[in-house]
Amino acid sequence: MAVGLTLIFGVMRVVNFAHGDMMVWGMYLAWLLAARAGIDPYASFAVCATVLFALGWGVQRGLVQRIVDAPHEMQILLMLGVALILENLALLLFGPEPVRVRSALGALTWYLGPLYVDVARLVTFVVAVALTLALAAFLRRTDLGRTIRAAADNPYGARVVGIDVPRVYAVAFGIGAACVGAAGALTAPVLPFQPALGLSASVVSFNIVIIGGMGSLLGAFVGGLLVSVAESLGAVFLRPSLKELVSFSLLIVILLLRPAGLFGRRTP
Amino acid sequence: MPALLRLDGVHAGYGDLTAVRDVTLAVEAGEIVALVGSNGAGKTTTLRAISGLVPLRRGAVALEGRSIGGLGSAAIAAAGIAHVPEGRQLFPTMTVLENLELGARTPESRARRAETLGRVYELFPRLAERRDQAAGTLSGGEQQMAAIGRALMARPRLLMLDEPSLGLAPVVVASIFADLAAINRAGVTVLLVEQNVLRALRLSHRAYVLENGGITLAGASADLLADERVRRAYLGR
Repeated sequence: MAVGLTLIFGVMRVVNFAHGDMMVWGMYLAWLLAARAGIDPYASFAVCATVLFALGWGVQRGLVQRIVDAPHEMQILLMLGVALILENLALLLFGPEPVRVRSALGALTWYLGPLYVDVARLVTFVVAVALTLALAAFLRRTDLGRTIRAAADNPYGARVVGIDVPRVYAVAFGIGAACVGAAGALTAPVLPFQPALGLSASVVSFNIVIIGGMGSLLGAFVGGLLVSVAESLGAVFLRPSLKELVSFSLLIVILLLRPAGLFGRRTP
Repeated sequence: MPALLRLDGVHAGYGDLTAVRDVTLAVEAGEIVALVGSNGAGKTTTLRAISGLVPLRRGAVALEGRSIGGLGSAAIAAAGIAHVPEGRQLFPTMTVLENLELGARTPESRARRAETLGRVYELFPRLAERRDQAAGTLSGGEQQMAAIGRALMARPRLLMLDEPSLGLAPVVVASIFADLAAINRAGVTVLLVEQNVLRALRLSHRAYVLENGGITLAGASADLLADERVRRAYLGR
């Protein structure tokens, strides 16, 4: 999820405040597919990613492209508006009650000596790692991936060599949204959810992205691990309701020590 | 036969400002044409208008008789115009090789990418040595070579350069200008924008002088070098 946010910010310098709500939509899609068509979320995440890609592409083409060069506060207003619309649409369609998606893997647990491993969480983790690696390879090895990096590196230079920058932005926004759609479908079986989850999910992923360093995919990934470990430890040693205390303290400490984040590059 | 590039009564600018007024010029295939003038005369805007990086306010731009005015930068690049912009505008965190490969975007230039890359490395052996280095870590002269190389990767019919001498040491400028002559001898038509009027006039076949957004003088470069007004205004003698 944080990887998708990083891609969008890194390429367009636009902060996607609707990110958490896009994730919630990924979760509800997985839920619909499971309830109506009986497709396990571990199979349907590809469908959710595709639908969210289309949503991200549409939002970029129809809305964000108009304000790519506008100041940050205007972008924030627009993206907050998109977030509110997505959240309230979900509320209207699915109601405020928390729901949960059942997966065949959810009941499985492996015992490794004194440790027990929840198979559903393990699969979520493995697929997330695989998707991150696939995205990194796509950006490095393919022509389209390179044009995305070029447009991120120097948008004017990209126009000079004849890259259709708005189109590249739409693809990048779509991929970012697809990441979060896949993330939603993959976490739906391990986390009960409701429309109001969107905002807190956005906040958590901003935390991760800032810790990792704005615009760094590796940073987003490492930041995600750090934050989730910190929150789990906080939940065990303090109280579950205090886990955010630990992750946001971590944010403040890291910003004090490394203002650009763990893997961020300093910008003048 | 129509000229390779023809501008007719072109007006262009930014916001309320019209930086270029009624510019008419032509570049024939095989030539080096220089567009010279002082800072702020509208040279850069003229090139940007040709590339579609600045919208055309009025007038027509044609490549081999086919209108390309208002087409957008991607389509104009695909039609065969490569632009080496002021300040190089490379992709600083990407490698030299990636920067060069990003220059080859049309199907034709992509199909012959390996062959063109070999010729660019032949022209600029320095780029071959530094192919895996991030472009942002190159020296100014090497960055200029990379920017020219990236434009050549498109196998353009017209190569446009904006102030290739800017910020470079005189020795480096001399070698870049020698490279431009070699590129032109290999069959590439060049439109050069320069503040270094003496060098530009010595390299080019024909030249236009731009002042306050309009063309005031035009002719063979050798004649302009001898022209009293040019000598006084730009060559300081």
